Amino acid sequence: MKEILEGSHAVAEAARLCRPQVISAYPITPQTHIVEALAQMVADCKVDADYICVESEFSALSACIGASAAGSRTYSATTSQGLALMYEVCFNAAGMRLPIVMTIANRAMSAPLSIWNDQQDSISLRDSGWIQFYAEDNQEAFDLHILAYRVCEDHAILLPAFVCFDGFILSHTYEPVEIPTQEEIDAYLPAFNPYQRLDAQDPISFGMYATPDYYLEFRYETQQAMLRAKEAIMKYGALFGEHFGRDYSALIEGYHLEDAEIALVAMGSVCGTVKDAIDEMRAEGKKVGLLKIRCFRPFPGDEIAEALSHVRTVAILDKNISLGSKGAVGLEIKDVLYGSDIDVYDYIIGLGGRDIRKKDIKAVVDLAEKGSGDMFYGLREELL
Amino acid sequence: MVDRTIENFECGHRACGGCGAATAVRMILKGAGEDVIVVSPTGCLEVFTTPYPETAWKVPWIHSLFENAAAVASGIESSLKKQGRNEKVLVIGGDGATVDIGMLCLSGAFERNHDITYICYDNEAYMNTGIQRSGATPFDASTSTSPAGACSMGNKHQKKDVPAILAAHGSPYVATATMAYPTDLMKKVETAVNTPGACYIQVHAPCCTGWGFEGHQTIAVGKLAVETGLWVNYEMVNGTVKKAKKVKRKPVEEYLSVQKRFRHLFKPQKNLEEIAKIQAIADANAAKFGIDL
Amino acid sequence: MPLNIGCTARPGKARDNRTGSWRVFYPIYDKEKCTGCELCALICPEGCVQNIDEKDYRPDLDYCKGCGLCAEECPGEAINMEKEEK
Repeated sequence: MKEILEGSHAVAEAARLCRPQVISAYPITPQTHIVEALAQMVADCKVDADYICVESEFSALSACIGASAAGSRTYSATTSQGLALMYEVCFNAAGMRLPIVMTIANRAMSAPLSIWNDQQDSISLRDSGWIQFYAEDNQEAFDLHILAYRVCEDHAILLPAFVCFDGFILSHTYEPVEIPTQEEIDAYLPAFNPYQRLDAQDPISFGMYATPDYYLEFRYETQQAMLRAKEAIMKYGALFGEHFGRDYSALIEGYHLEDAEIALVAMGSVCGTVKDAIDEMRAEGKKVGLLKIRCFRPFPGDEIAEALSHVRTVAILDKNISLGSKGAVGLEIKDVLYGSDIDVYDYIIGLGGRDIRKKDIKAVVDLAEKGSGDMFYGLREELL
Repeated sequence: MVDRTIENFECGHRACGGCGAATAVRMILKGAGEDVIVVSPTGCLEVFTTPYPETAWKVPWIHSLFENAAAVASGIESSLKKQGRNEKVLVIGGDGATVDIGMLCLSGAFERNHDITYICYDNEAYMNTGIQRSGATPFDASTSTSPAGACSMGNKHQKKDVPAILAAHGSPYVATATMAYPTDLMKKVETAVNTPGACYIQVHAPCCTGWGFEGHQTIAVGKLAVETGLWVNYEMVNGTVKKAKKVKRKPVEEYLSVQKRFRHLFKPQKNLEEIAKIQAIADANAAKFGIDL
Repeated sequence: MPLNIGCTARPGKARDNRTGSWRVFYPIYDKEKCTGCELCALICPEGCVQNIDEKDYRPDLDYCKGCGLCAEECPGEAINMEKEEK
């Protein structure tokens, strides 16, 4: 049934329909509406979960680790400072191969303090072993949670996942979202069947330490699981299409890309603006296209190289920067396009919630055509 | 009734010979009964029991990080509740992981009163990493980060009173114990595990390597701690001290002089002023808990 | 042997580590003086003291580290530590 929902409420609905047994989350702007909505659902017996009001984000993810290891499907949500506080817990959860799903309502990192959107928070954890999805709109934000649990809980995968959606831009915006029934979700996402769990009937020690004789192989195994996740996403994404009519079998999506001469690359809500700008540029005769990345980890390098192979110029919109170097998406794209003749330009844009409008997209395309790139876009010169 | 035949701790672990913590954990597992899930933070116990692929644990056990055992235990308790399972959740962790870096999660778990039992084996320093000072290190003890020296008498700070902190959180059962009195320890563990709500026991676990005495003296040193009043064995039920072990008190010198970590109080000559300060701590304990026979 | 996913293990493998090799001293148990109180079995940090027969307790020498706690604490003074012959 289609409903007009605030992004946060769509995400809360998705979490509810996935039947988590333990919800453990700490409030932080702009994720608060998610945890509040879930708390109300628990209070009204609309979801059969234990809701732990933890004392910090660090504790939130730690409690999820305990609950997941004990055999429960768990859920949490955070952003920015909260995610940073969870830093070591993220590595721990992935290394312990626990299929936790967590929403990230992307927000800029302090300092300076900012509650507004960019993608620095989740991108800064790209090494951690968490699968990373980026939603373009609230429908994707909803759908990707269901897909994430299905992928993560596969015994060949067993990795945790971030479902990222832009803070305020998506979390606080009302959009029409198709919400399946509980029965329809249950038919796609079966009950959690842990690969191993804490159980007095079959005792296991979790989280042992690995000496140099073993550590390298454990990391290799986790990397292999990440690489297998690509196929799993394609498989369960296609299955999602069969069940719900929206296909998620591709980790990337092209918009007017097949005959594009200039390709923009972006993740998240900005893709919607880019598509509108492309429509206008196409009407003026410019052959511009968009490569949208929906899954950043595992990184679909081969697919991206293939999709961009015919393009002359690539302009990457990075809502993040690796200080002292470049934008994260830019660096990964340059890596897959290494050896080609394609001109690749990276634009640091939209940090800390700086608005990105259609005219900014067009300006970026102009800059790329003139060979001007690898820069911060839209700096207010009067402040510098 | 404690079943002393329970043996859920395997031989072949890598603790030092004479380790107070290893003995304490064997006793704790007897007191806890069969259906338990144990959470341990990083520390001596975790390291000497689980070098992959060897594990000394015969019960389900999980180690996550250094400071989050109480939060992990909260999540397990929540999960078991939803699944309708009745295994007991037991945290066994060192003083460093409990009184310092673990305070956040400990406070949260106790404020929410999860049905868990948190047992801190207190060897009074970060032993696993080489004997660094913790919030549980006693006054004037020499550790590698609070060493005695030309202008230092060792640790300047008082021992953090975590039992009082957790009683203030409303814990229904808080106790102190020592591996030197096994029957008392096992009984307290049994009580805690069978008391609904968040319960806490701090277990004195003398460390021959860190405190500087021979492995065969662990229990003797543990008894001296109690007999001098520097460690008080007591039980608090709903925040009120119900029972404290009474002793015929010995002067603190008898306890301090057998440990290398207090050697600086005796060499090159006896430092009567400093020893008097420590005696005052013991006297205050005795007065507070009424332990003098 | 393939790795266990997530760095986990089922019980038992600690026994592969024969800590008896650490020993410098080893305990000798005198059956005549033993009162059967079982304190040695209770306080051994390894848990390796085995009850062979009535008032006949012996440490499992594969694991005994020779710490001497049993000898120190035995109320009947039935245990003495001897140096290992190498």
